Amino acid sequence: MLKLNHISVTFNEGTPDEKRALNDIQLELNKGEFVTVIGSNGAGKSTLMNIISGALLPDVGDVFIGGKQVVHFPEYKRSTYIGRVFQDPMAGTAPSMTIEENLSMAYSRDKKRKLRLGVTKQRKELFRDYLTTLNLGLEDRLNAKVGLLSGGERQALSLLMSTFTEPNILLLDEHTAALDPSRAELITSLTDKVVREFGLTTLMVTHNMQQALDLGSRLIMMDKGQIIFDVNGEEKQKLAIEALLHEFRRIRGMQFGDDRAVLS
Amino acid sequence: MFISMFGAVESGIIYAIMALGVYLTFRVLDFPDLTVEGSFVTGAAVTAFSIVNGIPPFVATVLAAVAGFIAGCLTGILHTKGKINALLAGILMMTALYSINLRVMGQPTLSMLNETTLFDQLESVWAPLGIDSLFNGMISFLGIEQIPRTWAILILMIFVTIGIKLLTDFYLKTEIGLALRAIGDNKKMIRSLSANTDSLIITGVGISNALVALAGGLIAQLGGFADVNMGLGLIVIGLASIIIGEALFGTKSIVRATLAVILGAVIYRMIVTLALEVDFLEAGDMKLITAVIVVVALVTPKVIQTRREKKRRIQKRAQLRAGGDGHA
Repeated sequence: MLKLNHISVTFNEGTPDEKRALNDIQLELNKGEFVTVIGSNGAGKSTLMNIISGALLPDVGDVFIGGKQVVHFPEYKRSTYIGRVFQDPMAGTAPSMTIEENLSMAYSRDKKRKLRLGVTKQRKELFRDYLTTLNLGLEDRLNAKVGLLSGGERQALSLLMSTFTEPNILLLDEHTAALDPSRAELITSLTDKVVREFGLTTLMVTHNMQQALDLGSRLIMMDKGQIIFDVNGEEKQKLAIEALLHEFRRIRGMQFGDDRAVLS
Repeated sequence: MFISMFGAVESGIIYAIMALGVYLTFRVLDFPDLTVEGSFVTGAAVTAFSIVNGIPPFVATVLAAVAGFIAGCLTGILHTKGKINALLAGILMMTALYSINLRVMGQPTLSMLNETTLFDQLESVWAPLGIDSLFNGMISFLGIEQIPRTWAILILMIFVTIGIKLLTDFYLKTEIGLALRAIGDNKKMIRSLSANTDSLIITGVGISNALVALAGGLIAQLGGFADVNMGLGLIVIGLASIIIGEALFGTKSIVRATLAVILGAVIYRMIVTLALEVDFLEAGDMKLITAVIVVVALVTPKVIQTRREKKRRIQKRAQLRAGGDGHA
């Protein structure tokens, strides 16, 4: 469903601040696969997300969605295929517009926007049904401005908005990081539920190792712009935090050893 | 007094179309667009030039809107494709339009006094209906001696402005309109929902300036002339209308907000007219009066709100103290 081919990105090339954010990334996601991505700050996780969404263009490499080359598509065109939830709960919704208007905008994602009413009676029913699945009582507040909702409610709405049109790819960018533990847990379980329900091909960045282990069918660890660890299926289910940290040290330590060997 | 107020409402309802245009950019798109100072005159110039050259007044008025639309689109293109700051893009366009307006008119002021305007045509249809004498009979019954020349313009313009308001309301509720509103609210989000923000901004600023230029063309026909300086300070007038309207009538929904803008424009005209009745104020003081109105309209709601909050807290504290044991 998603294929990244030899992706490399360098920031501030030719200056002392030069940074290789992504280094020859090779990644393929099958349809319905739910991949969690972990890695320390500056590992290139966010850059990877931005490359897929089209907010950033790679120096070299290709991006295929559903077999279609999209690397030259501008962000707005690519988002026809991609649903995205940001870390900031304020980022995914328009605060001065109502819940139903926000949902209507998300509903138009994979359709051409026309000069017809965005919120119709029929759509209201549809939106109400979808909102009911969140169990937050938002279905009774269709006319409330989104700015009045709490951070958790807004993030739940963002999640719904980016999934209910069943996009080819769902990108989750630390989408629970800005919430308190109980809200984060709510969003985490909602995420699990919708991804399963719609069978979405998902890439989720997180700093929470437990979350990375609990959710999804595959786990990727990134460091210094490279994918250094990729595990799925049975093997992932058995993985524990300790083992993960150990793995990280082993891989990085070994490479450090290699470097030393080369230098000496 | 009645006559001058009548005139204020009459021109106010036309300026309301301009204020709706400014509302689209300032409030909906969050795009402070100064093009309007130029495009208003462009509307007037195109209308005057066309009418003087024998084009039917209705067509001339439509042409004004088209010219404004093009000017607005250019500003939008400068901003989105040329990456020029919104304010600067508007100022550049406004400056460029000054020269273009002069070229269109061929002289700084173009008179239409000997031509037939849209309103002249209207009056010739209107007069035989006898509605004027009916209305005038009613107001002279109220003891007012000076009666307006015709009610036709006022009544037509009320219909036209309300019509434009309804169209705007509908537009802002369509799928495209929702995306347009989201641009002023959360641009990053609407882009991630596959809306082409660049082309939306370009058409949005275009429509805004089409309305402004339409108002320019109508004001020129009302006054019987177009002048290259008639757009001076217009942006502040537009803002004043929006702010007064919002302060008095609220912004709960789009339908309410656009109505507030129209009423704001009319009330602004009335305030200016009242101010000019004061002996020591002159016509040249208009701009100062406008600035003062905007400042008052901006500051007063805030002051009232702070007062109300303070009062509420004092009451709350008194309440807690009175029944306070449990809350200590």
